[in-house]
Amino acid sequence: MPLQPAITDLEQLRSHPAIAKLLAWNPAAVEEARFDRDEISIYINRDFIHQVCVLLRDNPECPFNFLSDVSCVDWLPQEPRFEVIYHLLSISRKERVRLKVRLDGGSPAVDSVSSIWPAANYFEREVYDLFGVRFIGHPYLRRLLMPEDWEGHPLRKDYPVEGYR
Amino acid sequence: MAHLMQTPVLEPIEDRTMILNMGPQHPSTHGVLRLILEIDGETVVRMMPDIGYLHTGIEKTCEAKFYQQVVPLTDRIDYLCPLTNNLCYCLAVEKLLGLEIPPKAQWMRVLLNELTRINSHLVWLGTHALDIGAMSVFLYCFREREDILRLFEMVSGQRMMTSYFRIGGLALEPPIGFFERARDFADGFPSKVDEYENLLTGNPIWMMRTKGVAKITAEDAVALGASGPTLRGSGVDFDLRRDMPYSSYEKFKFKVPTSLDGDVFARYMCRVQELRESTAIVRQALDGMPEGAIKADAPHVVLPDREKMKTQMEALIYHFKIITEGFAVPAGEVYQAVESPRGEMGYYVVSDGTAKPYRVHMRAACLANLQTLPTMCEGRLIADVVAAIGSIDIVLGEIDR
Repeated sequence: MPLQPAITDLEQLRSHPAIAKLLAWNPAAVEEARFDRDEISIYINRDFIHQVCVLLRDNPECPFNFLSDVSCVDWLPQEPRFEVIYHLLSISRKERVRLKVRLDGGSPAVDSVSSIWPAANYFEREVYDLFGVRFIGHPYLRRLLMPEDWEGHPLRKDYPVEGYR
Repeated sequence: MAHLMQTPVLEPIEDRTMILNMGPQHPSTHGVLRLILEIDGETVVRMMPDIGYLHTGIEKTCEAKFYQQVVPLTDRIDYLCPLTNNLCYCLAVEKLLGLEIPPKAQWMRVLLNELTRINSHLVWLGTHALDIGAMSVFLYCFREREDILRLFEMVSGQRMMTSYFRIGGLALEPPIGFFERARDFADGFPSKVDEYENLLTGNPIWMMRTKGVAKITAEDAVALGASGPTLRGSGVDFDLRRDMPYSSYEKFKFKVPTSLDGDVFARYMCRVQELRESTAIVRQALDGMPEGAIKADAPHVVLPDREKMKTQMEALIYHFKIITEGFAVPAGEVYQAVESPRGEMGYYVVSDGTAKPYRVHMRAACLANLQTLPTMCEGRLIADVVAAIGSIDIVLGEIDR
């Protein structure tokens, strides 16, 4: 299966249930979409992520009711520096969708989705711990894996692999 | 000391409750899980898991390695199912590369994956029964686990940290006599499962300790991100092997056991049935094992045979290049999920076009499953906490990474 070129044209991807739903709701929420290697990624404006997640979870045609994962990528030195990534799964339709939110490097913060899926509690704490991205409205945003008094966020690209000596 | 002061603390909300610390060095926490319990007499009022004692920064280490050097690291994440980790990572990178894997390698992967599932479930069954007080099951389970570890040793030379799956296929051709040994195991194993079930399933003490204990509804389980037997024990019929197949699982026939009760006994029954189903898959894989290559035809990714290196210049060059500079992977990102013995194990791999992964993130099934624990235990007795921990089958290596 040789690689197909990625589709980035929003018009061509309109038929995907998640994109169709979001565009019908508010076209300003969708910044960009990308279909690559059989996986769909939707870039969401950071102001809308909470509403978008509610909408996708409660969508009757294709309910993305399962939050698989929340993760983050640090694109230093690019700006916006951080990408927070949500992997949603629809258990009934057996489909996945990836939501992405771009965040500035200065003081990265995004609305928490832990009120929509309690599963996000640990996932967001992990991202906060390792990347320093704050989740607004998280009930208990503290370090999860590193010790409480640790300085720095280890998975940032400007953090050395061997740590500070 | 400052550090000790700042670890998560629960403040008692009423005068009559007290805080009890359980773990991290507690035999029933399966590693180094620390639970902070607020108790009212024998009843758990609130619970807060505290994790991170095994954090080794594997995700950070991966960013400093070549793609092929990450495979041995993945073994160490969920140390009870190293081959499932290998498979998930290899599938993710193969998807990034657009590699086609030959059928024999895919079937071998299915075969070994199911043996890994049996292996992992045996450790779970043994330790879970031990926690609740049934000593002998532990000894029986480890007897059969030994057979599986010998099979792993045959194919990879290692009992636990196998690293047998490589990007593009398998490390080595399975040795002579491996399939016969595997078939012997698959033929004998169902009667062994009967043995465990004779000891536990109808046992009144076992039923009293597990039935109706640590219940969780399907809605709660889905919302909390539970997967695998923890989800299926609550009646959600979802298995990635059947519903989103990978590595030619769509060619195998198997049932996905579910149970509606959502208690410890339901999860126990799901896993015990899975032992039988996995044995059936092993037998199908042995029956239909295709002939042919075990590595993809991609010389820039897959290491050449040693024999070819002695006679062919190109093979030597490719070997040198892969070892010294790795292989470039086209830029992009992939989320690959497989059904591990504990649930949805996902690898999110981001490539920036170089020979080292830009980011590797592991979605740990146990991390999400652990979040169900407070829901299961609050309002129940302390003794049930031990049963609940065993029933979600946690591996702290995977949670902390």
